[in-house]
Amino acid sequence: MDETIYSRRKFIKTLSIGVGSLLLLPRCTFSKASDWRFFTNEEGALVDAIVEQIIPTDEWPGAKYAMVTNFIDKQLVGPYTRHQEIYRNSLSAIQIACKKAFSKKFEELAWDEQTDFLVSLEKNEIATKVLDKSVANGNPIRDADKAIIENWLKSNFFSLIRNHTMQGFYGSPRHGGNYKFVSYRMIGLDPYPIMGQNRYKASSNGQ
Amino acid sequence: MANKHVNAIVVGSGAGGGVVAKELSVAGMSVVLFERGGWAKYDDHDQDELFSQRTTVLGNAYGPDNIRYKRVRMWSEGEKTIVLPNEGGYGNNAACVGSGTVSYGAMAWRFMPEDFKMKSTYGHVEGTTLEDWPISYEDLEPCYEKAEWEIGVAGDDSLNPFAPPRKKPQPMPPFEHNKEAQLLEVTAKRLGWHPFPIPMLRNSIPYGGRPQCYRIRGCVGFACPVNAKCGTHNTVIPVAIATGNCELRTHCVVSEINVDDSGKITGVTYFDEKNKKQTQTADIVVVAGSATETARLLLNSKSSFFPTGIGNENDWVGRNLQDHAYCGANGIFDHDIYDDKGPGASIAISDFNHHNPGIVGGGVICNEFNALPYLFTGIRPPGAARWGAEHKKFQRENYKRIGRAQGPYQELPTFDGRVDVDNTVKDFWGIPVCRLSGKASIKDADGTAFMADKAEKWLLEAGAIQTWKTGVVTGERPVGGGQHQAGTCRMGNDPKTSVCDKYGRVHSTPNVFVADGSLHVTNGGFNPALTIMALGYWVGGYIAGEWLKGNRFK
Ligand SMILES: Cc1cc2nc3c(=O)[nH]c(=O)nc-3n(C[C@H](O)[C@H](O)[C@H](O)COP(=O)(O)OP(=O)(O)OC[C@H]3O[C@@H](n4cnc5c(N)ncnc54)[C@H](O)[C@@H]3O)c2cc1C
Ligand code: SF4
Repeated sequence: MDETIYSRRKFIKTLSIGVGSLLLLPRCTFSKASDWRFFTNEEGALVDAIVEQIIPTDEWPGAKYAMVTNFIDKQLVGPYTRHQEIYRNSLSAIQIACKKAFSKKFEELAWDEQTDFLVSLEKNEIATKVLDKSVANGNPIRDADKAIIENWLKSNFFSLIRNHTMQGFYGSPRHGGNYKFVSYRMIGLDPYPIMGQNRYKASSNGQ
Repeated sequence: MANKHVNAIVVGSGAGGGVVAKELSVAGMSVVLFERGGWAKYDDHDQDELFSQRTTVLGNAYGPDNIRYKRVRMWSEGEKTIVLPNEGGYGNNAACVGSGTVSYGAMAWRFMPEDFKMKSTYGHVEGTTLEDWPISYEDLEPCYEKAEWEIGVAGDDSLNPFAPPRKKPQPMPPFEHNKEAQLLEVTAKRLGWHPFPIPMLRNSIPYGGRPQCYRIRGCVGFACPVNAKCGTHNTVIPVAIATGNCELRTHCVVSEINVDDSGKITGVTYFDEKNKKQTQTADIVVVAGSATETARLLLNSKSSFFPTGIGNENDWVGRNLQDHAYCGANGIFDHDIYDDKGPGASIAISDFNHHNPGIVGGGVICNEFNALPYLFTGIRPPGAARWGAEHKKFQRENYKRIGRAQGPYQELPTFDGRVDVDNTVKDFWGIPVCRLSGKASIKDADGTAFMADKAEKWLLEAGAIQTWKTGVVTGERPVGGGQHQAGTCRMGNDPKTSVCDKYGRVHSTPNVFVADGSLHVTNGGFNPALTIMALGYWVGGYIAGEWLKGNRFK
């Protein structure tokens, strides 16, 4: 287990002691088995791989280090509750597709294969490709899986997770991403200035 | 216990409503000022880009919330979508004491004389409802002056040869330019244009008992941490409350204007902070809920005397919904032009606002407010990577190297671009919600292309190595109606083609007034807040003057 994952898990654990009972338990169907609020551990690993593709590590850390998966997971039991269904189904569709087409999980594919997969997903071409490939492989897909792939392996999911990744990496750390202001440091922006004692407090007369 | 009868009710404590409440209470009238939101605190959101009033992906920092509010959007005919307040199509401004004036960018424009005479200046434009206002710039000039001095504006119009005539200068000196604006200033002069500092409702020096602005990066979209931004919440509303005549009732949602058995308007029904239904009676009702919500309240006030809603005898309430067609250009430079001085927007030219051959209207062009990092992820030249290593590299290399010049092209109003109510979709309190439908004018294509061209020219002349245009209208588009929403209860002399008279009184009633952006006949080539504040003084000043003469608006 590498260090970033370890520190992330530790971070989530600390979080769950503070506010966990509020955020974690009520909506999490896999609460006993998962380190996350919404995601299963398997989904968490997949999301880590996808967000790292969207904002990869170069001379600066990428989305995984910035805890973007933690950001998304946190929003999915908060303001993004309405996106739970598309995440659950689309993530499952991605793994089914990868199993059928490559006999591997998404995160086990080579880096460039992952990129190609996401490029096709963005262009809304991946479902057809996977179905064709599985037929060519002599590994045809069951009707139920076919339906999941056709319904959920779509570009709108890619746009969503792309936007959420950008938010998690470049937004305020208070929402669980942008670990240690990494994106601000990369851009060369100071974190927000600390306000002095002048700090404006609204009161009933607004002064 | 029943609420005590008052002289006037004001619905909404934003740009227009805050001013009216002050004008009436200072004149000695008893006033109840209703606001559906509460007092906004900087500390609730600090500089959280994702939860602000500009980027709202995690919610609207200053309301309304996603739990109790929603709207219907007709993206095209028959295509009905429910939209939440933080989603693009909702058409939000804000819901708190001061509304948008708490978190706005605070540009403080006076419209030009031509903006009040669009039809006389440009003639009838097919497919639009372009019209003259029933009042002129000269009528409103003293009200602009009051808004500038009582609320507070920093600027120097003498540097803008296209500025409308004024009697008194702005009360505070203009802000100094940031690095980008310094570059654009010399460039504009080289092009023979007339650059000047953007007038701002922000304190360039201590003013009104509040401190000087210290220019932080993210100003637009946030409340000011030191109270240097001037809105109605920290100027006129406190003055109104201090008179002892004005009671501000926060977290109260007005649902209907009440009409009695004789057809007389008696006050309003509202839900108090505990969601209990209550009645407040008054001699006068002033509606200032913003262009979308004001229209909704009038349309939801149906009775046997007003079967289609108050003021809606000729089906004009909610029509002519306008916004601005924001357009311009972005440019990449080969050196840093960003110096982290807030709020970013600093310099303007008004050379292309009117009298452009072949173009109706125009607009002011300004350098943009700072784009915080998430917003910046969407600022890319056409064809650039949207994700992956290349996207990240662009962010790192160009965050401080992009110049942006944009302006609010004056959209041409249309009859079918409108707000009405959807009786089948209700909010938390059971009140039918706003439905936004219809198309903006296709004629905006020429004007936006023209302005974007000038903006691009400006950036190229400044040395940009790559430029691209933004916001050029190329085809049909659904009506806007967001932060710059206006026009839904237009004022006019003819009751058949307008909702209110020249003093904001709803034609078909003696005692219901409108005092917000809804009154705008046309929306100018400028951000609208100062004009809405001026209209607050115009309408409020009229009511107070008449009241003191004994007129009880019966
Ligand atoms: C991020 C941002 C940046 C902006 N930047 C600029 C700028 O730089 N320059 C500029 O000129 N303008 C700017 N604006 C726009 C400006 O804030 C608006 O034009 C202006 O506030 C509109 O005034 P109004 O009186 O029509 O409505 P509002 O100011 O929106 O006031 C309406 C008030 O009524 C309340 N209300 C509505 N319905 C009810 C009801 N039924 N019961 C009780 N209360 C109700 C609302 O909660 C609100 O507080 C900006 C706005 C935003 C959000
Ligand atoms: S830039 Fe000035 S007015 Fe704006 S938030 Fe900062 S201090 Fe306040």
